[in-house]
Amino acid sequence: MEFVDYYEVMGVAQDASGDDIKKAYRRLARKYHPDVSAAPDAEQKFKAVGEAYEVLKDPEKRQEYDKLKKYGAFEGDQFTPPRDWRSSAGFTEGGYTEVDPAHFSDLFEAIYGRTGAFHGRPAGPAPEFTLRGEDIHARVPITLGEAYCGTTRTFSVQIRRIDARGTPVPDSKTLKAAIPAGVVNGQKIRLKGQGQPGIGGGENGDLFLEVELEQDHRFAVDGRDLTLVLPIAPWEAILGASIDVPTLGGGVKLTIPANASGGQKLRMKGRGLPGRPPGDQYVILKIVVPPAKSEKDRELIRRMQEQMSFNPRSELAA
Amino acid sequence: MTDIVSATELLDDSTPYGLRDLCDICAVRAEFVAEMVDAGILEPAGSAPSHWRFSIQAAIRLRKAQRLQRDLDVNLAGIALALDLLDNLDAMRERIQTLERHLAQLADAG
Repeated sequence: MEFVDYYEVMGVAQDASGDDIKKAYRRLARKYHPDVSAAPDAEQKFKAVGEAYEVLKDPEKRQEYDKLKKYGAFEGDQFTPPRDWRSSAGFTEGGYTEVDPAHFSDLFEAIYGRTGAFHGRPAGPAPEFTLRGEDIHARVPITLGEAYCGTTRTFSVQIRRIDARGTPVPDSKTLKAAIPAGVVNGQKIRLKGQGQPGIGGGENGDLFLEVELEQDHRFAVDGRDLTLVLPIAPWEAILGASIDVPTLGGGVKLTIPANASGGQKLRMKGRGLPGRPPGDQYVILKIVVPPAKSEKDRELIRRMQEQMSFNPRSELAA
Repeated sequence: MTDIVSATELLDDSTPYGLRDLCDICAVRAEFVAEMVDAGILEPAGSAPSHWRFSIQAAIRLRKAQRLQRDLDVNLAGIALALDLLDNLDAMRERIQTLERHLAQLADAG
């Protein structure tokens, strides 16, 4: 198994005091808490720090860990604990972090076992207590087009099934769920009873899906509202035009007012994501300057320059 | 084996949740919800607990509050402050992302 250096994870010296370890933990927990940090690997880091703290905060476990580190066999990344290694400190649930030991590393499991949750209970007749199964949370990436039309998704979720002897066995199940039209980014969907199975006749947990809208190359999304940057030619801006604008529901004619300016924002009511009320589509005009490709083109622009006597910098004049 | 799930339940702002529903969704005790309301972390419509109506945003907030309390040992006032600041941060990040996109689209080939 891979050896995890808990001191390195916590960024403390091997002889750090309990107080220093606690301070380091609090600082790192705040930094990497998945609700606080925007870093993509925040959750893994947070779990690693939680695991390290679980061991280092407890003088007995820490002593065992130190011994293990000293006497275990290293071979590259691979680590083997000494033969006949048995922990006397064990693992107690609760304490400061109440972290879920199911996410801990192989190393942790090998040293201290997994007595949290339902592990470590002697095998025997089904337990007499009942417990609701845990909820499962998953993210569903969908495209903007799918959010507009609705879609179905097939998921595979990892669950722990309790067998006849009352032992949890890892299992997976496949679900097919409909994502209705008009979901927004961050939307939660609950699939009742599709989480971890309950224990002793307890209710199943729920499966929560969080919709994650993928970036679209045309539309920026804000809730149900969409924004599209629409390139137009200078003459369309000056004279006004009726332009076929892409929307999620297909092309729609939009009237550009005469003497429109670049950056001007127009609203197409109700053309955003469906809902009650539906969102709007905003169009930001972007005037694209055509390159002159010939002497004839340049001649035309020169005539325009003479004819129009336009000073775009009049406001800058002192 | 594939289970076809037909009962997908959209949790959105238009569906109000009572105290019981919220406790059910977040697997918390009603007392915990009441503490959150007292601290101003949740702001349900309705005056008495039996008339409280929460949005799904409340459920998301409640779960965050639970995790912050459990993992960071923050008191209720601290949680309220952290949640407000996190909300501001999220809104600003989104705003920046949108503006950066607009800027890039306006600039390219412009």
